[in-house]
Amino acid sequence: MEVTPTHTGDPFPGEIHHTPGGGILVSKMDQVINWARSNSLWPLVFGTSCCAIEMMSAASAKYDWSRFGFEVARATPRQADVIIIAGTIVNKMAPVLKRLYDQMADPKYVVAMGACATSGGPFFYNTYSVVKGADHVIPVDVYIAGCPPRPEALIHALITLQEKIKSGMTREQIKMEKPENSF
Amino acid sequence: MSLTNEYIKQRLSEKFGDQIPGYEEPAGMLTFEAPKEMNLKVLNFLYDETDLQFRFLTDICAVHYPGQTGRELAVVYHLHNLEKNVRIRFKVFTGIEQPDVYTATGLFSSANWMERETYDFFGVNFVGHPNLKRILNVDEMDYFPLRKEYPLEDQTRTDKDDDMFGR
Ligand code: SF4
Repeated sequence: MEVTPTHTGDPFPGEIHHTPGGGILVSKMDQVINWARSNSLWPLVFGTSCCAIEMMSAASAKYDWSRFGFEVARATPRQADVIIIAGTIVNKMAPVLKRLYDQMADPKYVVAMGACATSGGPFFYNTYSVVKGADHVIPVDVYIAGCPPRPEALIHALITLQEKIKSGMTREQIKMEKPENSF
Repeated sequence: MSLTNEYIKQRLSEKFGDQIPGYEEPAGMLTFEAPKEMNLKVLNFLYDETDLQFRFLTDICAVHYPGQTGRELAVVYHLHNLEKNVRIRFKVFTGIEQPDVYTATGLFSSANWMERETYDFFGVNFVGHPNLKRILNVDEMDYFPLRKEYPLEDQTRTDKDDDMFGR
């Protein structure tokens, strides 16, 4: 069977000028940094309910998100780049989520996985404990629909996040350049 | 000698007589109730007697029956004899105005968290519990969410299409 790859990854940013005995690369530092960041996103091990099962599945052999650079799941926020909110956030969990986010080193990214993390989902009506969307607590970069989303959807979201990082300045970079825009 | 429901019933009625009003066996599991002041006596009896030995507390939970005036809250104990692999269910009822029930923490250490959970969701006040405060919900909560006191659905909503849910 012949396989034609469609998504082969973006090429390295910059132009290569061939010279005798090697070459010279002309590029922008920001672009190179974003390229590097996007290809080595370390997720935080954070799953609060059923969506976490799909996240584990995305990490394990069949879906294997390490193909895209996410394999180094960290059990401490201080070493993680992206927090995947895989599951329901309840009122009691909200301060913990905020604290984990605050403990992550910049630049940091957030993926809200599933209906619960996006909006409260199945618990939107008549709830006494569920936060109606994790973005009430921390800013979210990418939302995934589904209850639960399939592992493909999670991988798609992470690739979307990579493209977001590659395509421009991060929230932190914008904050550094124009402090009045910070939130 | 096997530990049958009949034998447990016989032992209990020898000891407590009429104080245990009746026995049921839903799905084969012996179920009975006692006055709430006697819950520790019954639990101790079931724990200590060498032929009964219900020494594993599987669960404590509560049920709210809003219609039963004076005995709105049931506290349900599930006990297990691990040697003979027999399970029984034991209930005490209490009024909702003063939901005081003696704590089982002296007998079962595992009752500590289970009673906190029961308090958290139903407001049962376990008298003598060493640390009776909320365990799963936020501390600021000022109601007991699993009591059947809240309307399930705002019937006036118009922004929701429930056709697909059979409601
Ligand atoms: S969105 Fe669905 S699958 Fe995901 S945590 Fe919520 S209820 Fe579970």
